[in-house]
Amino acid sequence: MHAVAQLIHRNKGDTLLKRFSQLAVPYIVWSVIMLLLPMVLVVFYAFTDTGNAILTFQFTLRHFVRFFTDPDFLLVLWRSLKIAFKTTVICVILGYPVAYFIANSSDRMRNMLVLAITLPTWINMLVRTYAWIGLLSKGGLFSTLLGYIGFKDVEILYTETAVLLGMVYNFLPFMILQINTSLSKMDHSLLEAAADLGANGVHSFLKVTLPLSLPGVISGISLVFLPAVSSFFIPKLLGGGQYFLIGNVIENQFITVGEWNFGSAISVIMAVIMMLSMYLVRTLELRNSGGVREA
Amino acid sequence: MKKNKRIFGKIVMILSLVFFYLPIVCVVIFSFNGSKSLTVMKGFSLQWYERLFRDSQMMESVYTTVLVAVIATVVSTFTGTLAAVGLSKSRRVVKDLVLQINDFPIMNPEIVTAIGLMLFFITMRIERGLMTMILAHIAFCIPYVILSVMPKIRSLDPNLADAAMDLGATPWQALTKVIVPQIMPGVFSGALIAFTMSFDDFIISYFVTGRGVKNLSIMVYTMSKRVNPTINAISSLIIGVITLILIIINLIPFIRERMTARKKAAETGTAEE
Repeated sequence: MHAVAQLIHRNKGDTLLKRFSQLAVPYIVWSVIMLLLPMVLVVFYAFTDTGNAILTFQFTLRHFVRFFTDPDFLLVLWRSLKIAFKTTVICVILGYPVAYFIANSSDRMRNMLVLAITLPTWINMLVRTYAWIGLLSKGGLFSTLLGYIGFKDVEILYTETAVLLGMVYNFLPFMILQINTSLSKMDHSLLEAAADLGANGVHSFLKVTLPLSLPGVISGISLVFLPAVSSFFIPKLLGGGQYFLIGNVIENQFITVGEWNFGSAISVIMAVIMMLSMYLVRTLELRNSGGVREA
Repeated sequence: MKKNKRIFGKIVMILSLVFFYLPIVCVVIFSFNGSKSLTVMKGFSLQWYERLFRDSQMMESVYTTVLVAVIATVVSTFTGTLAAVGLSKSRRVVKDLVLQINDFPIMNPEIVTAIGLMLFFITMRIERGLMTMILAHIAFCIPYVILSVMPKIRSLDPNLADAAMDLGATPWQALTKVIVPQIMPGVFSGALIAFTMSFDDFIISYFVTGRGVKNLSIMVYTMSKRVNPTINAISSLIIGVITLILIIINLIPFIRERMTARKKAAETGTAEE
């Protein structure tokens, strides 16, 4: 009798499970069409050309060859990687002390500071980038301040410095938040143990705090480097028309020129470079943490 | 020594907050500027807001932004919540696979998501305009809804729905009367994230739009080539709306805490009587 009841119950449970899992079906279909298919299309367009009347498309590596044989495109790619690298380094240097301060504040203070750092990231990046135009232009707050300390008539707007500044401004919060998360998770008794074993402040920071916060730094790097490589409105707004990055080339191909195949190929190249660089950073981190464990 | 370090930290902290907020505050201040200058304040005036509200193209972009954001929020919250409930009861393979796809717009650079959607609409011969913008916004909003609802479902007792149905509830009732109320905080924050993402979006909208349909961000982008304080006025509006929503999001847990505390106080009060 009991067994029968259990069986009935289980059957009911099974159908229930099936019924509820059906709720996901519309989204499964949707995500395949609207999220997966577009990515497949980008790769597809990158490797094809619009063909003749019989064959509507044909496979080609032409777009990749074109990109890698044109010194102009290679220069733009190199410039994008360089400025993204600079942005990342500056964000680590500026972000670490700030994150360290936040992580070592009282709970209440920490929550408030995290909120204060998060708030601007929610405001439209475009608007926040636009905000710098007024500050950096001639006669603006920045050049006035620079004038006071002796640098007269310095025009920052529409230079590489302006683009760099805009990138640091937009992406620094991500670095701070990531490092803060890993520092806040740290067990403070480890520092006490290090002190008990005779380590001084600098020593325990280098041997305990820094290695333990490294995962935060790594994810911070990926959150800064990747959007910095692909950004296109920051260079456009703050770099003027002349300062081109890889994102601008992609925008140009899609919006102005209309060469979707070539644009897709550049995007694929960019995505591959991003993946490779993140892989590189991850391996470096792994090797690093391995070294710490051995010591 | 320790005190010195603390003071150094404080200075760094204050400087970074100034760095983050100065540009935003300046935009808002200069939106009330009496002159056309972006660098010198000449008296207080509302002329840029006036001009903004009189400009029909501008008002249309406000309307587009709000319309797209509202539709995208409603649809993505509904679909995303159902999908999250469904996925939590699905087979592991299916669940992991869909969540992997779900991560695409979150992990990929936005420009890649944008051109992907653009190519999709071109290939499907769907004319780009308001409709494609709405579809694209729904597409990138749902993943965030799922991401915020999923943890709430995970912390739910899996037998809850069974219990409800043993007591005679239909599956639909079990879903709407038992599961959904429990995960409501996740659904609500998912909806707010979706709204802010949609309201704020530039890159994806820029690539999937057509026929002159523009949202506020596209408006800012196309206008920022010339000096135009009207942009400060729109920017201030965007900043105001987003800040308000964020304050609401952050006040909710606080208010809820207060209310449960009051309820508890009331309950113990009546018990004592």
